Amino acid sequence: MMTSSILNPLDFIPQIPIGNWVDGFIQSLRGLIGPITRIISAFLSGMMGLMSDVLILIPPFLLILIISAIAWKLASQRVAAFSFLGLSLIYNIGLWEESIITITMILVAVFISLLIGLPTGILSTRYELVHKIVWPILDFMQTMPAFVYLIPAIFFFRLGVVSAMIATVVFSVPPVIRLTGLGIRLVPEDMIEAATAFGTTDWQKLTKVQLPLAMPTIMAGVNQCIMLALSMVVIAAMIGAGGLGAVVLRGIQRVDLGLGFEGGVSVVILAIILDRITQRSKDANE
Amino acid sequence: MATIKVENITKIFGNRPKEALEMLKEGISKDEILEKTRNTVGVNNASFEIAEGETFVIMGLSGSGKSTLIRCMNRLIEPTSGEVWVGEDNITKMKPEELRNFRRHKQAMVFQKFALFPHKTVAENVSFGLEIQGLGEEERMEKALEALDLVGLKGYANQKPGQLSGGMQQRVGLARCLAVDPEILFMDEAFSALDPLIRKDMQDELLALQSKMNKTIVFITHDLDEALKLGDRVAIMKDGIIEQIDAPEDILRNPKTEYVARFVEDVDLSKVLTAEGVMVKAKAVARPKDGPRMVLRKMREAGISGIFMVSRDDELIGYINADNAKKAVEADQKDVENILERDLVTTSPDKTLNELFELMATASIPVAVVDENNKFKGLIIRGSLLSGLVKEEYSHDDE
Repeated sequence: MMTSSILNPLDFIPQIPIGNWVDGFIQSLRGLIGPITRIISAFLSGMMGLMSDVLILIPPFLLILIISAIAWKLASQRVAAFSFLGLSLIYNIGLWEESIITITMILVAVFISLLIGLPTGILSTRYELVHKIVWPILDFMQTMPAFVYLIPAIFFFRLGVVSAMIATVVFSVPPVIRLTGLGIRLVPEDMIEAATAFGTTDWQKLTKVQLPLAMPTIMAGVNQCIMLALSMVVIAAMIGAGGLGAVVLRGIQRVDLGLGFEGGVSVVILAIILDRITQRSKDANE
Repeated sequence: MATIKVENITKIFGNRPKEALEMLKEGISKDEILEKTRNTVGVNNASFEIAEGETFVIMGLSGSGKSTLIRCMNRLIEPTSGEVWVGEDNITKMKPEELRNFRRHKQAMVFQKFALFPHKTVAENVSFGLEIQGLGEEERMEKALEALDLVGLKGYANQKPGQLSGGMQQRVGLARCLAVDPEILFMDEAFSALDPLIRKDMQDELLALQSKMNKTIVFITHDLDEALKLGDRVAIMKDGIIEQIDAPEDILRNPKTEYVARFVEDVDLSKVLTAEGVMVKAKAVARPKDGPRMVLRKMREAGISGIFMVSRDDELIGYINADNAKKAVEADQKDVENILERDLVTTSPDKTLNELFELMATASIPVAVVDENNKFKGLIIRGSLLSGLVKEEYSHDDE
């Protein structure tokens, strides 16, 4: 024992209580921003509730047709056919409501991600300082295991849909910021110069030249954002998010392979539909 | 209105421009400044004036600072020191808002790589400047189509730039500028990315357009032939310094520095020199009231074997050969009517030597140079044609 300690001087350093510190920090933060979190919480759950209520109210067959039509318009006939068959299958195996909840969560999370991500991405190309601050945070956010986000989310917003939503946004916002920034930076210098030479203001340059030209890259970011949101929404079932994730989770808890598989297939179907629709509309812009 | 005055423009790239500027003023060389401060001198103390309606060409090889200089003129690049005036306006002192207005209404720029917006149609590209000016959709499209018509691309309005050839794309680039009807047209190596044949077409078209529009054009090129062809005056740049500013012919015939001399060495003079440049003034001319004796005396005094007759207003009337004049005197004729040759070979002042060679081959008498109003300007004899092709040695004087 003694020898091992001498050979390993690191043993003499008392354990640094990183866990306690983070705990304490989160706790005190919770007290400070409690009112804000309650507002956010109310807003998010209200928005989610309203949206899923509306979607549930639409007769399933009509909604399937609408989604297929959107797929046709934005992507292709094949994607439309797949959407129709896939969604019909989900309805058939009785996971329609769960899927609606999952879709709603994704839509709201992606909406918030874009709301945060697009301006942040744009700002990062204007101000080097923003870039320098935001990029390391993004690296941190993306390398941190996804499950870890669930814990502070619960602390601030309690178990349930809102926490899941927050964790999902944190998880899915990085590609939006990164690819918006990248897309704008990739706009050829001579386009910017031409725009400047015609006397554009910064805002005109952004809206008339930079954003349209960056659109394919930004859409790739949106596509990734949706995919990440979908994967996180499933994981977030562990903190009570509901939806298809909950089905999969039940399958795990009961070691019910059939149930788990049905939930999993439904997730895959949604993933493919969302991916193809956003990817094709990205290509169309090029 | 749109005279451009560039006064002592200097541009230094790098993080210690003030220091470098001081060194430059002390006469320290560009290379030494680069070594000591890591800053690059882009343009070194350039000054010139461009008249309204003039086509001013800035010529230099890559790295000579010509592109930097043209960008200093509309402040796409901020000059380190010096001033740019357009008419009464000091461009270099303008606030952002004023500068934007200047860029929107007074000038437009054509770029080497076209810099068209790939996400917009040809018509939308052409109307971009108008959109920025804040014009309504309808008026915009109307003017855009007019501009497209000027460059012969009206039928392509709804295509995307990517679907057009290089030459057509640059026409769109030109139309995009013409649409805002600027006083000044900045053209940065506008034709350099085009194939030689298409480039020549574009040059001819620009000259044709310019004769109608009479804009002030600042044209950048690295191609001497292009510079000489397009420019009313040409500035030759090297290492950020303007070596010489002159009319194309003067540059060819009197290069002021060794660099310019070496540059123009290989130019085919016969393509550049014009009738006006090689013609000689008539030593004497006959007037309509002159009789045969008077005519003969004028010839003898001037030591010439033939004489052109011009009216009081210098309009060319005809030509009289010395032999014929002598015969008329011997026959005691009162006037020169029957020895006056009225059917003459003439040329306009802007014909190039190349074209003159053919004329000279068939003409038996000297060729008269007349302007568009048939005013007699001078004459071309074989000797003057040949001597025009021999360049005067440049004399190196450091004044």
